[in-house]
Amino acid sequence: MNRFRQQFDSFLPTFRRELGAYFATPMAYVFLAVFLLSIGMFTWEAARFFDTGTADLSPFFVWHPWIYMIFLPALAMRLWADETSAGTDELLLSLPLGMPGLVLGKLCAAWTVAAVGLVLTLPMWITVNYLGNPDNAAIALTYFVSLLMAGSYLSIGAAISALTRSQVTAFVMSVVVAFVFTAAGWPLVLSGVKSLFGAGLADLVAQFSFLSHFEAAQRGVLELRAVLFFVGFMTLWTILNGLWASRQRLG
Amino acid sequence: MLDIQKLEKSFGEKRAVQGLSFTVEKGTVLGFLGPNGAGKSTTMRMIAGVLEPDSGDATIDGKSIVSARREAQAALGYLPEGAPLYDDMTPPEFLAFMAAARSLPRSERKSAIERAIADSRISTVCGQRIGSLSKGYRRRVGLAGAILHDPPVLLLDEPTDGLDPNQKRAVRALIARMAPRKAIVISTHTLTEVPAMCTRAIVVDRGRIVADETPEGLLKQSADGTLESAFTRLTDQAEAESA
Repeated sequence: MNRFRQQFDSFLPTFRRELGAYFATPMAYVFLAVFLLSIGMFTWEAARFFDTGTADLSPFFVWHPWIYMIFLPALAMRLWADETSAGTDELLLSLPLGMPGLVLGKLCAAWTVAAVGLVLTLPMWITVNYLGNPDNAAIALTYFVSLLMAGSYLSIGAAISALTRSQVTAFVMSVVVAFVFTAAGWPLVLSGVKSLFGAGLADLVAQFSFLSHFEAAQRGVLELRAVLFFVGFMTLWTILNGLWASRQRLG
Repeated sequence: MLDIQKLEKSFGEKRAVQGLSFTVEKGTVLGFLGPNGAGKSTTMRMIAGVLEPDSGDATIDGKSIVSARREAQAALGYLPEGAPLYDDMTPPEFLAFMAAARSLPRSERKSAIERAIADSRISTVCGQRIGSLSKGYRRRVGLAGAILHDPPVLLLDEPTDGLDPNQKRAVRALIARMAPRKAIVISTHTLTEVPAMCTRAIVVDRGRIVADETPEGLLKQSADGTLESAFTRLTDQAEAESA
């Protein structure tokens, strides 16, 4: 038990250092500003927030997977690639730190910045309450699932960042992988898979789609399936992240 | 204190370290010498637990780096080659991170950080971010990180590289001050540093030990009484033998 706990001792120092790194540089502020700007633009200009005639946040939530797909890899790309290119991975690996705590500390630091971004969208929630009587429980639930989904996107980005020393490569690869998992639920992609590989595989692909899992949540329905999916997805990528980061020790 | 047993490491076809063995006792400052690509840094990285050896072991203060890595790493202070540091932090922030990462008791952290800052003489740059520091100061911040937890074994890869003569003298004095209580291994290719800092010198070439002597003994092996010629002779010899 003690040995097990030791593996996570490294969580707090890592989390603090990474969170500090986001806010010590303009990184976090630039991310937050651009994230809020683009989500606002999509909500008002593309989804016509005021023209829907109903007081809910669906024109806002519908963009989350797409915005996350582009912006969260940018947040995660530095987590490991930066260590390798600056050589600090050598310092880090020489410290008596457990890999699980290290991986989770880094992921949670990026997740916290993403959560701050979500919190800063609360004025929209306040606005719909001013305009009408939305289902606030449903909105809270959608926020919660959206946060889980953000963690899933970040776990992809963090793991891929451990594969390369170039942040740009990490970003591009992460966006591609994130796109596959996002658009797996697109009719365009699904019908393509269906005609190529049959309905069975199309069903399987749809199982892994962020869009389909987020869809129920957007209607305010809490599906245990969706929560388990995102948590499981994050766990899988976090384990991959740990394996890929440990690979360094083999030379 | 530090016991290296038959360390081996290959990168693909290249055998970087071939069965290296040596021990370092408390009070010894060992100069670890060799031409570029001789396997110095690879050996250091294996001892530090950054790189896993293909075979062999290193025990630090009685703990094996292979089977009890965390315990062994806790007993070691390591300054990696080039002193990599987090550029976005100030030296005290960096040392606070190192103290937390090494799980120093909270009550001791402040005094440990103050002592490391004083010992490595970086108090004048404490307000600056590490990214804006000169090479010499960076090296000293790295050194402060390595001695922070007062480890029984110190492993320093090129600790005086990039320092001006005054700074070099200060680092030498610090090492001399710590030497009686620790086992210290210093990798360097600046041969003039060796008689000034080390009580023993090991020369490696192509992953093997070619000489294990006192600096004076090493001097005796040279034709003209300089370390340079001894170094050239030893490493040339190894080259001729392997050719």
